[in-house]
This record gives sequence, C-alpha cells and structure tokens, in this order.
Amino acid sequence: GWPRSGGIRGGAAMDLFGDLRRMNKRQLYYQVLNFAMIVSSALMIWKGLIVVTGSESPIVVVLSGSMEPAFHRGDLLFLTNFHDDPIRAGEIVVFKVEGRDIPIVHRVIKVHEKGNGNIKFLTKGDNNEVDDRGLYKEGQNWLEKKDVVGRARGFLPYVGMVTIIMNDYPKFKYALLAVMGAYVLLKRES
Amino acid sequence: LRKNVEDFTGPRERSDLGFVTFDITADILNEKNGLQTFRNESTSIIFDWNVKQLFLYLSAEYSTKNNALNQVVLWDKIMLRGDNPRLSLKDMKSKYFFFDDGNGLKGNRNITLTLSWNVVPNAGILPLVTGSGHVSVPFPDTYETTKSY
Repeated sequence: GWPRSGGIRGGAAMDLFGDLRRMNKRQLYYQVLNFAMIVSSALMIWKGLIVVTGSESPIVVVLSGSMEPAFHRGDLLFLTNFHDDPIRAGEIVVFKVEGRDIPIVHRVIKVHEKGNGNIKFLTKGDNNEVDDRGLYKEGQNWLEKKDVVGRARGFLPYVGMVTIIMNDYPKFKYALLAVMGAYVLLKRES
Repeated sequence: LRKNVEDFTGPRERSDLGFVTFDITADILNEKNGLQTFRNESTSIIFDWNVKQLFLYLSAEYSTKNNALNQVVLWDKIMLRGDNPRLSLKDMKSKYFFFDDGNGLKGNRNITLTLSWNVVPNAGILPLVTGSGHVSVPFPDTYETTKSY
C-alpha cells in the first residue's frame, strides 16, 4: 500500500474524504488507468460480439408488446446475422425500416427468393392483427436482406428493462454512472 | 401428423391468390425434432420446464417461374404451456391471404404444406422445429371465378 499520512478518523464519510486527500497524483493516475482498462475491455468484448455474430447490434432490447406473449417489453434478444443464413418463414428477425433508427422485432410470414439469391420477405408481429406493410417506408411492400439487423437466436426475460429505464429516466442513468465512476476511482487494491 | 386439403385458385389483379382448406391433426406432445417417439418413451419432451410456449405455423412452400423458393404462412397458433397439446382442427380456412408473387399458383402441382413451430423458452435458445409429415397440394390449371370462400 501507499504511505499514509496519519490521523484517526471516525465515520465512513470522513474516511471517503480522507481517502481523497491521501491519494497523491500517482495513485490517481493509477486509478484512472484502471478505469480506462475496464472501459476498453468492455468495448472490445462488444466489438468482438459484433464480429462473431455478424450483426451490427448483437444484443437488442424488446421495446414493444407486438410479439407478446413470447416477448415482452424489456426482454433481451441475442442475434446473429450470418451472410449465408437464409431467411425463412417462421423466423424471428430484427430489422430497421430505411431511414428509421428503431429496430423492430417481428416474425417472417412470407418469403419469395429468386434463383440468384435475391430475397424479399414480409413480417408481422405475433400480437398484431395485420402485417407490417404499414410500418415500412411509403410504397415499400417487402423487406430485403439489407434491412435485417439479425435473427433472434436466444433470449433472456426482463434483463433489458435497465436500458429502458435509463432511456426514460436520464437522471437515473447519470446517477448510475456517477456511482460507478466513484466506486472505480476510489476502490483500492492493497 | 396429417393434413387433408381441398383448394382452388382465384383471380386477383396481377398475383395469384390461392384458397386452401385443411385439416390438422397433430400430437405435439409426442413429437421430438420431427421424429415420432414410441409410446414407451417418456412423454412431454417438447413441453419441458423451460418451454414457455410454442408458436405453431402452417406454411406452404413451392417454386415458381418467378421465384426459386416461396414460403407463405397460411395459419398460426400460439400454444401455451398447459394448453391441450393435441390439435384436431377440421375444415380450417387459411388465416392469411395466400398471395403468390406473380402467377405461379395456377397449375402448380407441387405445393408442400408443413407444420412447424418456434419453441419459446423461459430463457435461452429459440429453435425452429419442423414437424414430421407434410402434404403436397396441387393447384388446378384454371382460375375459379364462381366459388365463394
């Protein structure tokens, strides 16, 4: 451990400030580097997932109830998007409508594939009365491979609720980040 | 798994529209990955502790001049854990319009109807399973203008 500059303090709050005062520059740099390493590792894992699954967004959160009772708002989906995977009726795909950012999770109900591999398909949410043509772009009747973010291969319930809460209540997000930052910066390996 | 069908095509502007009436008899409980298990093996293989529901769908698969592969879902059903796993549906009409992308239904002799399902777990992998048994449906060579569906 680093040399300490004396004094007996009472109470956890006093200890916290005491820690801050006792940390010298070297210690601070060390903590910041530690923190940076954690962030880099997390980013690397995410990028690795993108490469391995072939999908630009390998983990998505279900945002609506249009696939109930299979998936509910807040469920987490794991996607793959291998180039050679054909699109077939019954599969659950996550797609983005051209010009919109929000990924939609629905099921493929019609597929028409030409000999050269050109595919067009239609989707519909299990819980919706009608197919998705109303959601597509003006004049667009079919989806193509390029609209697909990935195919749902696995799922975990409820876990994604955290991101929905963070989106709807940004104060919660900042509070969470502040707490995490404080913890990492102040935690010490002795 | 058995299906019986009767069918005819109807003219609709540019694309063929097919009408199919079918019966479905299925015993989901005793099917495992498309193979029928024998009675002395343990049952409830499909609906185990981690299965929340099955999304069943009847799809028609065929080839046309326009498209090498076409798949159209005609009917679907959600079967929750605890629902009766035996299906015995007769004279069902397709839930969704059976439109072809073009005129490939007329005279098409080889349309295959298959029952498949998506297993939705409480948590984990989402597999798609095709049931055993499928039925081939030939469409007639002419359009039907008089029958109502």
